[in-house]
Formats: sequence, structure tokens, C-alpha cells
Amino acid sequence: MARDRTPADLVGADPGPPFEITFDGRPVTALPGQSVAAALWGAGILAWRTTRNGGRPRGAFCGIGQCYDCLATVNGEPNRRACLVPARPGDAITTQEGHGHAGLAV
Amino acid sequence: MPGSPSEPYEARERCEACEPYEACEPYEGSQQHVASAPSEPYDLAVIGAGPAGLAGAVTARTLGLSVALLDAAPRTGGQYFRHPAPGLGAARPQALHHDWAEFTALRRRFEESEAAHLAHHHVWTVTRQDDDGTWTVHALTGPDAASGTPARVRARAVLLATGAYERQLPFPGWTLPGVVGAGGAQAMLKAGLVLPGRRIVVAGSGPLLLAVASSLAAAGARVPAVVEASGYLGYARSPRALATSPHKLLEAAVHGSALLRHRTPLRTRSAVTEVHGTDRVEAVTVSRLDRAWRPVPGTGRRIACDALAVGHGLVPQIELATGLGCATRHTPDGTHALALDALQETSVPGLWAAGETGGTGGWQLARTEGELAAIAVAARLRGLPALTRSRRARDLARRRDRMRAFADAMAAAHAPGPGWTSWLPDDTEVCRCEEVTAGGIREAAGELGARDARTVKLLTRAGMGWCQGRMCGAAVACLAASGTAQGTVPPSAERRPLAVPVPLGTLATGPEEPGTT
Repeated sequence: MARDRTPADLVGADPGPPFEITFDGRPVTALPGQSVAAALWGAGILAWRTTRNGGRPRGAFCGIGQCYDCLATVNGEPNRRACLVPARPGDAITTQEGHGHAGLAV
Repeated sequence: MPGSPSEPYEARERCEACEPYEACEPYEGSQQHVASAPSEPYDLAVIGAGPAGLAGAVTARTLGLSVALLDAAPRTGGQYFRHPAPGLGAARPQALHHDWAEFTALRRRFEESEAAHLAHHHVWTVTRQDDDGTWTVHALTGPDAASGTPARVRARAVLLATGAYERQLPFPGWTLPGVVGAGGAQAMLKAGLVLPGRRIVVAGSGPLLLAVASSLAAAGARVPAVVEASGYLGYARSPRALATSPHKLLEAAVHGSALLRHRTPLRTRSAVTEVHGTDRVEAVTVSRLDRAWRPVPGTGRRIACDALAVGHGLVPQIELATGLGCATRHTPDGTHALALDALQETSVPGLWAAGETGGTGGWQLARTEGELAAIAVAARLRGLPALTRSRRARDLARRRDRMRAFADAMAAAHAPGPGWTSWLPDDTEVCRCEEVTAGGIREAAGELGARDARTVKLLTRAGMGWCQGRMCGAAVACLAASGTAQGTVPPSAERRPLAVPVPLGTLATGPEEPGTT
């Protein structure tokens, strides 16, 4: 019974028209009302940041804006909390490397 | 209408609504206290739009106060009643919630109350005006506050209903993608209708785990195990508190039967002691624990999964209050909560608190405390102490006491055992932000003599990153104390001068018109 079910089935979701965002240049389908993190999870993507020192992959952890592990670069702007930022049509999400300000050489 | 003053209730409506509070006489003072200009303070600023904040705002409006409710999220409900955005078109949001109808009724009353709802307001500090004692609530606006656009709201009283966040205890592999907070998995499911994987182990400690496991399973995930570090026998120590909270027992029974239906085994006195995988979760090792939460050697069993949802209870979010000097108390599960009087006031006059800020206790307790706090605020601002002796206030206080007793029994049953750090090898990262390992912290606490989280932070940077120690605070405090006579101490009370990262430019800007957004 439960196995083939999806979260959308569970709540009888009838979402508005899906739209496209990109993650490191690849197209990802998002639904209206989803956060950037939810859209990425929906596409099976769990990591969109690498750590400053170890270069290790990270993604959403606390899911409520407290842990800052889900920081992503959204349309060129680093350090956006992907679990809070709503996905918008055409958003370009890129993996944030370290503090996300490599261009400033700081 | 963000920032705009609210109109007072018509006398007739107020009379009807006030009836339970035995406060039907017209509120002579109401007119003068309702903001008539942007510079005029609200009677009450409520911080947090969960059940406590909503109940507080609704009650305060009923009693004739002008109210602004600030919350970081776009929609009311807080964490517990987090729900999908309208764009997702969820026809049955109640499938992910107990008591959904009660929430929507409360939300409707809030919407009808004409309290100002300031959504997307991330409060970073609260200050008090020296001359007239009014409070200023400072916030950054927007979905994630990244733009740094400031807003200030002035009020004669403040109700803190800021809730809690999840406590994490680290273990090898807990930073791998696919390991998510149990509450985090629940939040992403409730708001975004997504799962972190298809086969999700749920682990940690506390009653939230059962709720998370049954939601994930209902939403289509396989949950091969729920791993609980405590034994449920702990509840038997407080039979009286249990017997007086039938609602909680019913809730547990519902989750329990849902798990049976999904054939999910509950493993008590066990913990995930390792996560396997290179760039994402492939499996976990679950080990038996002794009574002190030390893993029993040779009991590890591998469970294949592609995600792990983990959490060890909740930590009250109280930094706005501790920044103002509010007294705290130790909770039975080793966190700090605000010390509150019989009418929900903190040790700082004019500052009230309700819900998880006073200790984890669930949404019914939060709603009860929110209403009681608002009565106390109205009694103070209107000079009507009789309000707090009304039948309604006495009923609320009795319910509050009963539910608090249950909450304390539950917290004691799930308190982390002192031996949990023995599952933590030196190379495991403890501070996720600054990538500080357990070994680094042990060195600071051993050779370098640090005895508290603050000294460890100064020596190692643990707790100095983006999250300001919210994720590693409990672990760092335990590791710092492991060489002391006590063996373990709770973390120091949450002290963060800025509750949200604030751009320097915002700090440098002088005060502008209060109430602007």
C-alpha cells in the first residue's frame, strides 16, 4: 500500500504548472511553492555546497533555516539558505564552494 | 497589512468575545493604546506564529490590545503546523497532521482578529527604550533575510513564542548528504512534499521520532527501523503524569499502530553509531546501548538505507530572552528553558513567553500558555488584575500545570545518557560549520584545560560558524565536561547577541521609522 505512494498522493496535491530551474547547468523541475532545497530533493539532489576546509559535500540538514548547511549560490548570489528561499522559474542554482566568495579572493 | 495599526474591536463584539475572561466592561483605555500613527507602539508584539503565538495574538486582540505578530515564515503554523504553500494545491494537508482542524480554527480566529501579521520577519534582537520602557523588536525581512532589509516594531509588551529547534548528537558519518534532522525531514515533507530518500532509517531519541517515521511511511518511504536510544520504560516512573494526559497517549498509540501497519520495527536502547557511504548515505550501523548510552561492543548491525533522519529532542530557542537577561531553568533532558512565573512572565518584567521557550511540551501546551500569557499582558496593560483570576485563566493555569508535568516526565525519559560520547571517535566532525573534530575538542578540554563550551569555542572555533553553535552546542558541552567531576553538564544557556546573521551595514544604520518594513 505505502510503497508506491508519494507525498503528493498523500495530501491529494494538485499543484500549479511545474517550471524549470537549473542546478549546475542541468535542468530541474520545480513546483510552485517549493523551496530551492525541496525542488532539488525532488530531483534526487542532496548536496549543493562544499565545505571551506575539507571540500566535503553538504545539503539541507535541519530543514528550518537554523543550521545554514544548505547554503547555495542562487542566481550568482552565495550564502542563500536553500530551505527558505522559494524556487522561481529560471533560477540558476550553483554549487557553493566554501564561503562562496572565491571571486573576491578573500 | 504589515506595520499598520490595528483597529480596536467594536464594544459589542468585544463584550461577547471577552465573556470567558469575565472582562465584559468596555475597555476605556483601548483607544489611546491603539497605534494611531506609525510611531505609536503596539500594545503587544508577539514573536513566533506557531500555536503559542497565534493563541497569544488572538486572545490579546479579544481583550482589546493592538497586536503585531512577527514570524520568519511566510505562513502561520510554526514548525508543528508547517504546511504546503498554496501553489502545491494540497487538498488534504490534514494527512500530515494530527489536530489539523483545531489549527485551522485557530488560524481563522487569528485572521479575523485584525492583528498585524508580519510574515518573513526574522527577529534578530529585542531592545528596551530607557525613557518609556517600550520594547523595540528588530527584524530582517525576506524569505531568508539575505537582503538585510531591516524592520523595527515597537510595543509595550513582548510575548516570546519562538519555539525550539532540534538537538543533534554527532556520530561518525553524520555530515554525509542524506543524513538529515528528523524534524528537518518532517519539515521538508510538510512544506515541500519531498523526501530525502526512498529507504529512510529514523533514529535518535524522543517522541518526535515516532511521528516522523509514521509521516515518512505514509508519504511512501520505506522505514526499515526506528532507532530510539532510550527505553520507553522511563515513562513508567511518572504514572501520574501519564494518566492525566490521555491526548498524548492516544497520539502515541496512533503513531505506534501506523508503524505496525508499515511493518516498521522500533529498536529501543539502540543508536546509529556509524553512517556508511562516500558522498551520500548507503547504510547505517545500529548498535545496542547500555543504560548510560554507551554502545555495547559486538552488537552493531548494518541496515541498508539511502537516508537517515535523526534528532535527540528539542532545544528551546531563547536567545532573544537571554540577551535581555531573562533567567533560565534546567530541563530534565539537559537543555535550558526560560524560567517563567505562574502567569508566563519571564524574570524581566514586560516580557512574557509561551510554548517551547519554557521547555518542550507540544502544541496543546503551547496554545494554552499563549492564551494565558495574553490574559496576563492584558491584565497588566489595562490595569485589570482581576482578569488573571477569571475562571478561564484558572482553567488554563491548571491545564498548563498538568501538561508541563507530563512534558517533564517525557523529557526525563529521553534525556541523553552520559556515555553517548563513547560512540564518538576523534576524527568525527562535531562542529559542522567550522569542521572541528571531536579530537580537537577533546584536546581543548584535556591538555588545554577548557571546561565549558565558550572556552572550547575560543580555542577551536567550534560553535563560531553560521549556526552559532545551534547544531554542536550540546555535544561540545558534553565533551568539554567529560574530564570534570560531574562528567557531564548541560550546555551554557543560549547566548547569541544576534539571533540571525545581520549585515554590518544594517547594524551601522541609525534607527528609522519604527514599524516600517
